[in-house]
Amino acid sequence: MAEKKVLKEILDTESVARTIKRMAHEIIERNRGVEDMAVIGIRTRGAILAERIVAAIEEIEKISLPLGLLDITLYRDDVHSRLEQPLVQKTEIIFRVANKVVILVDDVLFTGRTARSALDAIIDFGRPKCIQFAVLVDRGHRELPIRADYVGKNIPTSLDERVVVKMQEEDGSEGVYLEKTVEE
Amino acid sequence: MAIGRGHLLDLESLSAEEITTILDTTRTFREVIDRDIKKVPTLRGITVVNLFFEPSTRTRISFELAEKRLSADTVNFSKATSSVQKGESLKDTIQNIEAMRTDMVVIRHSSPGAAHYLTQCCNSAVINAGDGSHAHPTQALLDIFTIREKYKRIKDLRVLIVGDIKHSRVARSNIWGLKKLGAQVAICGPSTLLPYEVEKMGVEVFTDIDEALEGVDIVNILRIQLERQDAGFFPTLREYTELYGINMERLKKLNAGFTILHPGPMNRGVEISDEVAEHSDAVILEQVTNGVAVRMSVLYLLMHKEPVSVSEGVEV
Repeated sequence: MAEKKVLKEILDTESVARTIKRMAHEIIERNRGVEDMAVIGIRTRGAILAERIVAAIEEIEKISLPLGLLDITLYRDDVHSRLEQPLVQKTEIIFRVANKVVILVDDVLFTGRTARSALDAIIDFGRPKCIQFAVLVDRGHRELPIRADYVGKNIPTSLDERVVVKMQEEDGSEGVYLEKTVEE
Repeated sequence: MAIGRGHLLDLESLSAEEITTILDTTRTFREVIDRDIKKVPTLRGITVVNLFFEPSTRTRISFELAEKRLSADTVNFSKATSSVQKGESLKDTIQNIEAMRTDMVVIRHSSPGAAHYLTQCCNSAVINAGDGSHAHPTQALLDIFTIREKYKRIKDLRVLIVGDIKHSRVARSNIWGLKKLGAQVAICGPSTLLPYEVEKMGVEVFTDIDEALEGVDIVNILRIQLERQDAGFFPTLREYTELYGINMERLKKLNAGFTILHPGPMNRGVEISDEVAEHSDAVILEQVTNGVAVRMSVLYLLMHKEPVSVSEGVEV
């Protein structure tokens, strides 16, 4: 019996853009402005989303926030159990993290392990005033006590499904899909 | 990506892609060592043994810092204070250390092939930190990384290595690495200090330094290894300085935008003049800084945890 992967569209290009805009508004509203704020995206797609959020906030508040890109490979908790090392990309955080309101951005929140690694990595740069977590998709199935402050879309999933986020800069097209394996 | 089948013994056995992976990864770690908190938790729980059978300042400290900045536990071994003095062999030494559940080994030894031999008698990932006149891969990698950061490429750059090529593992590893990445490599030294049939490595060979320096981008000046000169390879140090020492006058022959490298330790006034050592285009200390990042990169890519087999499991 053959297996086939089918993609179901959850968000299209326009919805992704609207969602990012809404999240930008929520971030500004919750913090009553953007004072001492900085945005850090988790590579690869979280970094692209972070860039978009910075742009959306700039459009609303006319302030360009510092943007950092974080590679969490060196902080992963599964480095010993992998056969080959994943390639590490550069972390670029050129501003002082200390006393900033850091908005951490990722594409999908799943087990929470990536977020855990990212928190450790950011705190190694200094002591932020607080860290708030923004994700485009929350698909559930947490393995750690972690939650997001801003969620683009909640998607209930089963463990054998996969959430695929495509971003123009990285994938050439844009959208959020749910991938299911079905037997033919 | 797996590098060199789990060990780093020389650059000869690595592909251009593998070398490029190490260099790209090094940029990440260069960023880490410039942070306020120069430490990442990546090698937590891994124990690295530094087996140094030969004296070393830079390489030993560099490896130790690289290990510590990756949060590994480190054990330092030096020949003078060990049971090697009582006649224990290299094989027994490593097997006894490994029995204490260590995971990776960094070895510096005076015999060529010592690192390779080690891979056959232990289960750890082995990193060669210099074996006799054979190879010193991490030194060459840090030299190449330093050049690549400045020129943004290696291909078609003209690199001249000057000095005692015969005894130099640094020269051999540099030649392999640079050639694989497409540089044009030349060597220069007294004919007594050039290895037999060295031109088969694909390098241009000179014995006249003024001729060799013409049109070169990068000069890598090797140390005259005073401890290996008993056989009388050249008459006097003064004559060597006269004929091969790099001074301000000789720099004029180089291409504009040139770079001076020296793997250290320097014999100032012998192979390199004081002014050249302090020149703004000498990147000698930059090489040392990059050395830690290169070694972090190699340790990360080779990270290997010794599995505890069931038969050896702890009995309760």
